[in-house]
Amino acid sequence: MSSTQSLGTATEVVKAATRRPSRIGSMIRRPLPAMGAVLLLILISVSIGAPWITAQDPFDMNVVDRLQPPNETYFFGTDAFGRDIFTRTLYGGRVSLIIGVSVAVTSTVIGLIIGIIAGYFRMADAILMRIMDGLMAIPGILLAIGLMSLTRASIWVVIIAITIPEVPRVVRLVRSVVLTVREQVYIQAAGAIGTRFPRLMLKHILPNTFAPLIVQATYIAASAVLIESYLSFLGVGTPPEIPSWGNIIAEGRLYVQIAFWNILFPSIFLALMVLSINILGDGLRDMLDPRLARRI
Amino acid sequence: MGNYVARRIFATIPVMGVVAIIVFLMLRLSPGDPAAIIAGDHATSDEIAEIREHLGLDRPLLEQFIRWLGQLVSGDFGVSIYMEQPVLGLILERVEPTLALAISTMIFAIALAVPLGVIAAWRAGSWVDQTIMALSVLAFSVPVFLIGYGLVMGFSLALELLPVQGFVSISEDPIGFLQHILLPTVALGLVYTALLARITRATMLETLNEDYIRTARAKGLAEPRVLILHALKNASVPIVTTIGTGLALLIGGVVVTESVFAVPGIGRLTIDAVLQRDYPVIQGVILVIAGVYVLVNLAIDLTYSLLDPRIRY
Repeated sequence: MSSTQSLGTATEVVKAATRRPSRIGSMIRRPLPAMGAVLLLILISVSIGAPWITAQDPFDMNVVDRLQPPNETYFFGTDAFGRDIFTRTLYGGRVSLIIGVSVAVTSTVIGLIIGIIAGYFRMADAILMRIMDGLMAIPGILLAIGLMSLTRASIWVVIIAITIPEVPRVVRLVRSVVLTVREQVYIQAAGAIGTRFPRLMLKHILPNTFAPLIVQATYIAASAVLIESYLSFLGVGTPPEIPSWGNIIAEGRLYVQIAFWNILFPSIFLALMVLSINILGDGLRDMLDPRLARRI
Repeated sequence: MGNYVARRIFATIPVMGVVAIIVFLMLRLSPGDPAAIIAGDHATSDEIAEIREHLGLDRPLLEQFIRWLGQLVSGDFGVSIYMEQPVLGLILERVEPTLALAISTMIFAIALAVPLGVIAAWRAGSWVDQTIMALSVLAFSVPVFLIGYGLVMGFSLALELLPVQGFVSISEDPIGFLQHILLPTVALGLVYTALLARITRATMLETLNEDYIRTARAKGLAEPRVLILHALKNASVPIVTTIGTGLALLIGGVVVTESVFAVPGIGRLTIDAVLQRDYPVIQGVILVIAGVYVLVNLAIDLTYSLLDPRIRY
């Protein structure tokens, strides 16, 4: 945030100073974001390093060893085809990482472009925001499910299907920042001395959107990982031959009563990844955007 | 007043219009021939041509849209390709379990989240607040199916207290209804509870800093009275607004929860439709759900404008 924005009115400053609870809270909360970051780093490392951590192949079927409970050979047990759940869970993290990062980056970039256009050009604003309102009226998972039905499933289709419902939220955020900033005196001053639009946008307006966007992108990544698992769980997500966490769980649900480890371990990894990203997002929000932190 | 109500009602028309355009264009703009998508992988070219003609896909886009919109307005959502029944009828048949689950979840979540949020804000920074907030981040992150299957393993399989899955209509067997709806409600409700608890805490924190709260305390009012009558009442607008907008999150979760507990609701209908590429059903479900979402949020806005004369957007 720029300094002009964080200053606020005198009463706000006084209020913030007399706000008793948040200071104690933030001190206790401080170690949490670091823990989230470390946890996420561990999950990323074991996913990328999967081939070096486990000697097994995620697709290898040992029908003799089907539905084995966790033991020394198979740490997390085996599934109905005798595949090693531990290995599949590690490899599943790769799918989630690809989807989380891709959706976060794509929706942020698209949302940024549309949001700037909407925020700066009054003519485009009305039309673009009506489209965004319409998109937001359809629950995200439902829209993603609908989009998934349009073509043959692949990881890229999953990414697009999850990205589209996330875009309006980014657009709204960027638009609101642009609308606030464009009224600031320094923007008018820059305009008055003849700064051209591209430079005005890149140098003076765009940087204001970075802090809230980074926070938003983090939350989007967490939600994308979760939605991918929901889509795959429902059988309309990542192609079933790819070992994503949602797919492992979708296959395991048939045997939940006799082999619960089929869904337990991938679910725990999934929850830990989403949790670590969310905690990281909260930490980034408190750090980069204290005004937002007070509101939520 | 009347002016605001009229404007607010009028504002839903473009939103629903855009939803209709999105739903209409989804199939038409998808890569590949919509008729071939509907017909499936093993269709012959004759079958594809038949579907194309049947749906009017060979006409100009605008003509197709206007004809389709005209049908929607007169309540005709098309006919299911797979089940060969009117889409609206199929949706109405499945609406009861979904509605029951959504309503019970809302009651559960509001009953749990508002007190938790109030206590967290009241004791902001304390270990109680920290615990409630940590649990809410956790509830945001744990997938619905992990909570769902965990509850089933514990309460249904190990303790044998509750049925594993399914749905019983409340009109047939009220006790059975409650037994079947309890676990899905908790599984689905925790995310929604977390969302509402967070917003309750945040708005309460702001309200508790107001001068009139200090006045209320200074004149010796009992703390529960200050919290509920003075603070919560004034903090209620953002909370109820979030109940409305959070409905999108809830509906998404309903689809997954119905799948975990084998509830024959609209979620099941949607997934079956996607697997069978039954496009009229998918379009119908999206339109109806978006319509409900827009109407509920309209109702919330209007109620507040009636109750609180300060609200005029």
